[in-house]
Amino acid sequence: MIAIETIDLTKRFENLIAVDKVNLKVDQGEIFGLLGPNGAGKSTFISMLCTILKPSSGTAKVEGYDIMREAGDVRRSIGIVFQDPSIDDKLTGMENMELHADLYDVPRDVMHSRINEVLQLVELEDRASHNVNTYSGGMRRRLEIARSLIHYPRVLFLDEPTVGLDPQSREHIWNYIRALKKRENITIILTTHYMEEADKLCDRIAIIDKSKIIALDTPQKLRCELGGETILIESNNNDLLSEKITEAKLVDNIMITEKELNLTVKNAHTALARIVELAVSIGVYIDNISIREPDLNDVFMYYTGREIREGGGSKELTGMAARMRGRIK
Amino acid sequence: MVTPILWLVIFGSGLRLSVSIPGVNYLQFLLPGIIAQTLLFTAIFLGISVIWDRQFGFMKEILVAPIGRTSIFAGKMFGVGTAAMFQGLIVILLGIIIAVPLTLYGVSLAIPIMILITVGLTCIGLIIASLMTSLESFGTIVTFVNMPMFFLSGALFPVTSLPSWLQWVFYINPLTYGVDTLRGVMIPGWHTLLPISYEILIICVFDVVMVVIGTYLFTKRQ
Repeated sequence: MIAIETIDLTKRFENLIAVDKVNLKVDQGEIFGLLGPNGAGKSTFISMLCTILKPSSGTAKVEGYDIMREAGDVRRSIGIVFQDPSIDDKLTGMENMELHADLYDVPRDVMHSRINEVLQLVELEDRASHNVNTYSGGMRRRLEIARSLIHYPRVLFLDEPTVGLDPQSREHIWNYIRALKKRENITIILTTHYMEEADKLCDRIAIIDKSKIIALDTPQKLRCELGGETILIESNNNDLLSEKITEAKLVDNIMITEKELNLTVKNAHTALARIVELAVSIGVYIDNISIREPDLNDVFMYYTGREIREGGGSKELTGMAARMRGRIK
Repeated sequence: MVTPILWLVIFGSGLRLSVSIPGVNYLQFLLPGIIAQTLLFTAIFLGISVIWDRQFGFMKEILVAPIGRTSIFAGKMFGVGTAAMFQGLIVILLGIIIAVPLTLYGVSLAIPIMILITVGLTCIGLIIASLMTSLESFGTIVTFVNMPMFFLSGALFPVTSLPSWLQWVFYINPLTYGVDTLRGVMIPGWHTLLPISYEILIICVFDVVMVVIGTYLFTKRQ
């Protein structure tokens, strides 16, 4: 059964293409990751699937409903946790949950049992009667996840669910997501720019860069595709060294990042000795050298030629807006 | 709540000396004006809640829920309207405290008229908020709408005492009829500008037009 299908889904803003003819199929019960740097078009893509943004062309089906013609049915079958907080922090946790349950027509007689059930899942039942502005960032996130589940959605969208959280809260949220998948067999679409998150959680990953999907497979297969191991070298003359290594055809692929050379080889242990030998012969001094199994970061670099970078622009704006609200009220 | 007190007590006491309306106590004349002013300022200003909701992401949660855009607009209207009505009622209470002559009958007629006025004014605030993206631009535009509507509504002085070239500005301001209708029911023997049923009709037409424009813009812009 297919939970989500997009057909040439495209979104154009004035002079920028945010999502460019994306074709994608997501199976029911899958945790599907959209991995890409900030500004790659992940959130725009999700907004269209959630029917809050109209596509410029193309369309998509969520749980068999067309996002343009059957927006109401789509909305009833999905839950979403937005990238930016969307909880009313003047209300208590419980009040936020009740409001959401009413918005989604959850019958009054089952409302509270359902709310308690989802609060238990995220371990917030003791704090439900407290005002949300006393919650930590991780707790707010957990409350938002709980809230998105009250109406038993078939598809859950999580837009950067762990951005800005400490490692412990992040681990917590990952556990909830795994538990959820096991229990409900619900389809989860997750966007992230954290490699580790995508690697650990997702059944399949689509790498998005510059508004297009450039790779799509399971994390294991994506890693395998790189074919081999990675050697990282820091030296006092990366450019010269890379030139000579290319000339000597010692490696399969070579990338220069800010301070290191990133080499892909079939067998790192044999290649290593030759590379060091070469470096000595041309008088390049090696500061640091290491071998590792390729991870998704390497996969991403392989496809885009860049590293995923963090940027905090939108986060800061939320903080400023929050301060302004405090002042006006 | 400080503003209406200042207007009523200080402005009222001061202007009582220079504005004379035959047969009417100036405070009695001023109170409906200040009620209308409070409704106007509160209703329009609270349109800002739309921008707040948008900026704090809360609007997204509402927009993605399986409910119609029109119900969201209606909800906003009722919320803002209720807040404005409360402020208006407090002004009436204030009037009683400073001993403005009022009758229970007058007040009970005034309340439905206040509700009628509030509907349209609330929509003005929501319309501005739908069109604006930042809190700052909202504040600027609101001042441009609020102040002329207030000063050109006859809230502070009788319209009929103005030169005729200025009077037409008052006649195209819907709030003029709001203020005048309130006076019509709150001040015994007050002569309204037009027959009172006409004035109420004008307010109703204003309400309907604002609700239609407001719903359209809000639905379109979110």
